[in-house]
Amino acid sequence: MTTFLTAGLSLKPQHFDAALECSAAGLWFEVHPENCMVEGGPRLAWLEAVRQRHPLSLHGVALSLAADARPDPAHLLRLSGLVRRLEPALVSEHLSWSSWRGAYHPDLLPFPRTTQALLRIADNISRTQDSLKRRIAIENPAHYLHIEGHEHEETAFLAELVRRTGCGLLLDVNNVHVSARNMGFAAQDYINAFPGDHVMEIHLAGHSQDPNLGEALLIDSHDAPVAPAVWTLYECLIRRIGPRPTLIERDDSLPSFDELMRERRHASTLLGAALAQAA
Amino acid sequence: MNIVAGSLANFQDAFAAALRLDAGSPPPAIAALARQPGFQVYRNTVARSCIDALQANYPTINRLVGDEWMRAAAAVYAGSTLPDRPMLLAYGADFADFLRHFEPAASLPYLPDVARLDRCWTEAHIAATEAGLNHGELGMLSGSRLDRLRLVPHASARWHWSGEQPAYTIWSRNRAAGTETGDIDWHGEGALLTRPQDHVTWRALDFAGCVFLDCCKNSGSVADAAQAALDADVNADLGRMITTLLEAGAFSRIEHYRQS
Repeated sequence: MTTFLTAGLSLKPQHFDAALECSAAGLWFEVHPENCMVEGGPRLAWLEAVRQRHPLSLHGVALSLAADARPDPAHLLRLSGLVRRLEPALVSEHLSWSSWRGAYHPDLLPFPRTTQALLRIADNISRTQDSLKRRIAIENPAHYLHIEGHEHEETAFLAELVRRTGCGLLLDVNNVHVSARNMGFAAQDYINAFPGDHVMEIHLAGHSQDPNLGEALLIDSHDAPVAPAVWTLYECLIRRIGPRPTLIERDDSLPSFDELMRERRHASTLLGAALAQAA
Repeated sequence: MNIVAGSLANFQDAFAAALRLDAGSPPPAIAALARQPGFQVYRNTVARSCIDALQANYPTINRLVGDEWMRAAAAVYAGSTLPDRPMLLAYGADFADFLRHFEPAASLPYLPDVARLDRCWTEAHIAATEAGLNHGELGMLSGSRLDRLRLVPHASARWHWSGEQPAYTIWSRNRAAGTETGDIDWHGEGALLTRPQDHVTWRALDFAGCVFLDCCKNSGSVADAAQAALDADVNADLGRMITTLLEAGAFSRIEHYRQS
């Protein structure tokens, strides 16, 4: 895939027609593969139609790479089928777990970053990449809990996964902002320590405050425009590492397609500036 | 708390158990973690995702009972039945059975059968894409012995007979915001849903038609299915019934029948 990806958008069924018609340069769309794992019918047909016009990114939420178990072979098979069918420009997953002993918990669950977890996750990423016959990007999740027993900083943990498996990384800047506020660390330090050379994709999203605790607990809710503090972190990041495919991630309280395109244009402008600076 | 001394698997067992608990004590290994305010974020997200999915997958039930009742019922269901796979559009396969035994639904006896029809819609919507019968195959029906042919139901075809409730009328009037009103004749009804192209279509189907399709699905010959339909209703108009099924796109192909 040699297409040059600039800024992209999450693709929701409500926006399929607008997405099909849009011809903005460098535009790409991201979908959760779990929503397209069907045997046939309009969902796949829509996606294939969009794929005819724009590059796609498959952003998985359910491989459960951080579970102490191998990825579900049936799920991996369905994902491989989609990758073959849609030939996405990017494939990504999260540094988290969700499926466990036959039950799917629809969330991105945390774990203690031990060496034992590192070995298991590296093995799971390698199995996934072997199965998909391609490199995948691993995303830093949002954090809400102080977990005892971490043996590695997250940035070092991700760097080690890259070293062991050859995977790439997806840096979610909003998750960094949310986690930094919730856990009490400096977001800028985390961004500076992130292994920039291996970033295949960047996510930008909005967040909200916990209804009871307010600012003391931020939630990665993807239901609002990207916050100013996240834009600032993003500018610093791409000044340091150069332009990378950047997604405006929106899952809830969906605005019009035009409004999302306005946010996307802002990211494109910043990417253009970073490109000019890098040249 | 000493989770790390155990394995990652121990952590995940305890975390998953604590996620499920609406009340009561989480496992000791994770009690301190579960007391942090952030733990509720995970509990809320898991519960809300399940409830949102059920609400989306059972739109007719939601329309009949309203958001509040639907979300409360969905929360009870999700409390005991997490998704068994990550495709949430297929979550809640047995929600109709749940409603049949859900005490607050006892005064709405048609609800489980209406839920079955929502489920039929979902299954038809996500089924494999298949061509329907072609003209050549249709010709076989008039030129061959029907005990040597088998009609294979289309991958998207779903049918349901509701013995005592006018579930199809209630469902079809409420699936979309229709304007059809009027008295409902209170008797059993069946329905056939198919997706010959991109869109799921539906029509009423009598008991004999449902029995005919059951027999086809269970690998009976056309003659077996016809006999079963007549056994179900001695007055069944087989010609009209098969025409209805063919027009609906209920079959994908005709096979030569091999008795097993």
